[in-house]
Amino acid sequence: MMHADTAPPGAAAPVFYQTDEEGHHSEGSTMLGFWLYLMSDCLIFATLFATYGVLGRSYAAGPTPKELFDLPGIAVNTAMLLFSSITYGFAMLEMDRDRIKQTQIWLAVTGLFGAAFVALEIREFVHLFHEGAPPWRSAFLSSFYTLVSTHGLHVSMGILWLIVLMVQVGKHGLIVENKRRLMCLSLFWHFLDLIWIGVFTVVYLIGVLE
Amino acid sequence: MSADAHHVAAAGHGHHDAHSEGGHGSFQSYMTGFVLSVILTVIPFWLVMGNVLDNSLVTTLVILALGGVQMVVHIIYFLHMSTKSEGGWTFLSLIFTITLVVIMLAGSVWVMYHLNHNMMPMDAHDVMNNAR
Repeated sequence: MMHADTAPPGAAAPVFYQTDEEGHHSEGSTMLGFWLYLMSDCLIFATLFATYGVLGRSYAAGPTPKELFDLPGIAVNTAMLLFSSITYGFAMLEMDRDRIKQTQIWLAVTGLFGAAFVALEIREFVHLFHEGAPPWRSAFLSSFYTLVSTHGLHVSMGILWLIVLMVQVGKHGLIVENKRRLMCLSLFWHFLDLIWIGVFTVVYLIGVLE
Repeated sequence: MSADAHHVAAAGHGHHDAHSEGGHGSFQSYMTGFVLSVILTVIPFWLVMGNVLDNSLVTTLVILALGGVQMVVHIIYFLHMSTKSEGGWTFLSLIFTITLVVIMLAGSVWVMYHLNHNMMPMDAHDVMNNAR
């Protein structure tokens, strides 16, 4: 009996292509999709940086960056975010070894560094308000608050996501789905640290310089 | 036909390799990235806070360059980005995004700088005279 797939004599054998990859497919496309989200987020930050670049010198006779910014405080903020990046890296390494407890500990440390960053930023904003530098004071301050607080909001959402994932890992362990989620948050978290490099360089350091 | 089968097998294998490598690095790569980041963060803060260079334009260019280098360090050591991850698609989208970002930033600043220049109102003295 002839099988339906068998080619008639003389014809070339049919070639089958596997259009849908099995197994790791969903994980691979999730990581790529999340990367594309990060790239679109990057464009949001680029527009805010461009706005700051255009308006950052329009003080409207109000306070200037040199009078407002406290660089030692910003250095501490930067350190918090950088430490949280490396501790998240340690969490990922423990995740690779399937050690739930160590992963959770490093995630918690990461969350604490992130929370310290957000707390310091809020404190800075409160201080600026007291100094007579609210967002409506000048175009410089409007663009400054928009850029920096958008980043701060991202970090806050990252912390919320981190807490949710810690609960998930605590409940279900390091299953494939949770590993995938942790890898997405890893990209998100390191991406926020990368944006912060742009913020402290362009806004704070160059602001104080001029 | 056997060549085809071999090709498919090789592609599948390659994909698997890329997958197991991508995602996360080793302890060493994280530490390398961390140490480089610390150095690349401390230098610009030191340059600005210590008033090391007299020329503020030179300082600006140096800290912008250091910031750019640190971003590349983060992309390589923390985001584990390479030209091969996800079959090159992440790298392609990154290049595309960087292109857009550069156009957006340079274009905005350039255009608005010239606009400010050309539409500059009379200097403050004239404005005050006109207001009277």
